[in-house]
Amino acid sequence: MRNSQIRFAGPVPMKQKITIALSGNPNAGKTTVFNAITGAWQHIANYPGVTVEKKYGTVIHQGREIEVVDLPGTYSLTAYSLEELVARNFVIDERPDLVVDIVDASSLERHLYLAVQFKELGVPLVIALNMMDLAESRGIIVDVQALSEQFGAPVVPMVARSNRGIQDLLDTVVSAADEKPRWEPAPISYGMDIDQAIKRISAIIDRSQIYDRKYPSWWRALKCLEMDSEITKLLKRDPPLGQEIEAICEEIYKHTMSTLEEEPEAIIADHRYGYIAGIVKKAVRRKIESRINLSDKIDKVLTNRIIGPFIMIAVLYGMYSFTFLASELPIRWLEIFFDRLASVALNVIPAGPFQSLIVSGVIRGVGGVLGFVPLIMFMFFAIAIMEDSGYMARIAYMLDRVLRWFGLHGNSVIGLIVSGGISGGCAVPGVLATRVLRDPKERLATLLVIPFMNCGAKLPVYALLIGAFFSGDKARIMFLLTVLSWLFALFAAKILRATILKGPKTSFVMELPPYRAPTLRGLLIHTWERTWQYIKKAGTVILAFSVVLWAMMTFPRLSEHQIAGFEKEREKLTDAFLQSSDIRGLIRSREDMAALHDVVFGGKDREAVGKAFPDNPVLGRVARAAFDLEHGGVGRETWDPAILEAASRYLVFKKQISKQEQLRQQAAIKGTIAGRIGTGLEAVTRPLGFEYRTNIALLGGFAAKEVVVSTLGTAYSLGEVDPEETASLSERLQKDPAWNPLQAFTLIVFTMLYVPCIATVVSIRRETSWAWAGFSMFFNLLVAYAVSLTIRQIGLALGF
Amino acid sequence: MKKIIRMREMSDNQAGVVKKVTATGDMGRRLREMGLVPETAIKIQGRAPLRDPVAVKLRDFVLTLRNNEAGSIFVEVEVPETGD
Repeated sequence: MRNSQIRFAGPVPMKQKITIALSGNPNAGKTTVFNAITGAWQHIANYPGVTVEKKYGTVIHQGREIEVVDLPGTYSLTAYSLEELVARNFVIDERPDLVVDIVDASSLERHLYLAVQFKELGVPLVIALNMMDLAESRGIIVDVQALSEQFGAPVVPMVARSNRGIQDLLDTVVSAADEKPRWEPAPISYGMDIDQAIKRISAIIDRSQIYDRKYPSWWRALKCLEMDSEITKLLKRDPPLGQEIEAICEEIYKHTMSTLEEEPEAIIADHRYGYIAGIVKKAVRRKIESRINLSDKIDKVLTNRIIGPFIMIAVLYGMYSFTFLASELPIRWLEIFFDRLASVALNVIPAGPFQSLIVSGVIRGVGGVLGFVPLIMFMFFAIAIMEDSGYMARIAYMLDRVLRWFGLHGNSVIGLIVSGGISGGCAVPGVLATRVLRDPKERLATLLVIPFMNCGAKLPVYALLIGAFFSGDKARIMFLLTVLSWLFALFAAKILRATILKGPKTSFVMELPPYRAPTLRGLLIHTWERTWQYIKKAGTVILAFSVVLWAMMTFPRLSEHQIAGFEKEREKLTDAFLQSSDIRGLIRSREDMAALHDVVFGGKDREAVGKAFPDNPVLGRVARAAFDLEHGGVGRETWDPAILEAASRYLVFKKQISKQEQLRQQAAIKGTIAGRIGTGLEAVTRPLGFEYRTNIALLGGFAAKEVVVSTLGTAYSLGEVDPEETASLSERLQKDPAWNPLQAFTLIVFTMLYVPCIATVVSIRRETSWAWAGFSMFFNLLVAYAVSLTIRQIGLALGF
Repeated sequence: MKKIIRMREMSDNQAGVVKKVTATGDMGRRLREMGLVPETAIKIQGRAPLRDPVAVKLRDFVLTLRNNEAGSIFVEVEVPETGD
């Protein structure tokens, strides 16, 4: 009443902020309503101490600030699932001014079950009657006025996805908050036995001193009869009265079991549905003749026992193709962008350790991760379409029986797909997607095998190795890898569930929400939320790790002595070159050589080369000849044999120098911390055929899997040295005798399975504990090692 | 003729009325909160490719549950009179 007094007092200053909690069953359109109200102004956090996501945002309406908190979607308010407990405790502890319960008009009875429980608690309630369009199309006519009267709460009809009714809802929220801020528990009847027991128990609670008055005693008594763990554990703290209450509950339990063969809890639920049926009878009319249920018709095809699975495979394959096709160009743009950025940094920052840190550490490290944002984004967009349309639930339904055999759950499929089940997701949001699993062991098993999927970051590694060794069967090998990752994940889950995560099979009780065309806005918000999680990891964890990794691959540097050794060698080569009989008189000094290098390798065209040495025509001719030899233009001119000989000698010399440079870089990287670790690990990795450079790259891959490629590049001393040679790490590997298709395949499988990237490990820890995160690293490494070893040894035995 | 059978024994598209849910504890609670209480009219929509889970229509929505759960739900169905 505090606000209504001010209301009549004429013009008023800005009134108090209104806090509302949005609640509703999953699939009631809660997220759509939340997005429609708050627009882009929303924040995501976790509820304190638990991994349930809390979204909130504010909106100004009629000059009033309304804070909207999105409660987890729940069917009920028991204490048996984390989401329900979180929702209930938020309402009880934070006392929002109003709870807005979003209810699907097309299946009103079930949705009102939650609303009834809010009524029992006594919360000031507004009912948002969503999906009015769907209800109408199914011939369900809801009398809003009657529903409001029967239920005793304002009811606002709406179609949130097309923004209809949002303003009405906010109007109602403001006026309801002003009129009725008090809590009024509205008891309903559960039959004589239960009603009397409630009376007796609440009388005892009223006598006791230990309870705060946050809960109405009537409600607390009801929860005692429902054997609500959160409430009954309080009884233990209050011995004499608590025992008295327990005795009453026991008595009622025995009584109802003997007379009705039902637990009190079941009787209470029956009466709630009975109460709802009474309301619905008065407020809902059905036009039988116009009842078309499009969703059911679609399901006749899409979940058909025979063609359903084929359609599912086609849909998943379509998603995969769409993602790769759509992201191809943006990925190339980003690559160009980061290359430009690196070359700008090379020019602006003076050469030295700082330049190296920025270029090799920061830009290459973070750029490597951000370069895949388009791929990840389109994949999440495609996944959002499947989720928002309702198809994802059908996939879970169709695959539940298969996944159950491996000790998983139909809903595990969402996490597996988001993590890269069809190649190109990300395990970080995948880990979050396992929150839909209720059973802790099923959830853990899913979490632990999720990193086996082919996330977007592993694809560049595959692309490199497939390009080098299996270029003919690109598509086939990619398909094989997708199948392999599923097989490894599923069998690993089976092993986990048969050993350390042994436990009873849980239940699968899931709604198939009606098919709905997704809204663009909803899709964009979902896509962005997940993509942002990926980008955030690039900005934080990966940035830090790139720098650490850069340092490990840079320090300690070669000693003065070693550098002097290489320098001397180089001088010796140069002197020998300048003094050789073919060269003397044509290339006279080191200055000549430097100028020649700039002209021949400086990216000039032939004409510019010809004009480069106006004062030294002889050198100019050598330059042109070398240029033609290097760029395959011999025969354009008739060359003096001496000039031609000098030019080809010069090119041979350049090859020697670059070979020497590679040796120096290899020596340098071998001497660094990473190089020493990599060399040390050779003892363990030799059976897999990995030498120190691969080991260094795999160490780098712990920061993010795509780093494997760039680290291999550095370790094989490419990229930084000669701009002309950047093209082909893959060529380089092809020529290396240590590499062959078997070796490449072993590395691909090892990369697929080994330690999840640091961002995933951190996410797993956040969802579970350090112990499980640590176990995940150990377990994956073990699987990777065992599988790769098997593949290589079988391959060798077969003579590959 | 009316007969009470378990939901898992029902055939596709068969309709009936729930008479009893024997599941207790968390399972019973989940089934009840989804609206599977006595006197609820249901209809089998179909089954997943491996004949499990089963999709059931009730209270204007579609619920899927495993055969295991469907075994604890007793439904009164209409059966045609047979010779014996």
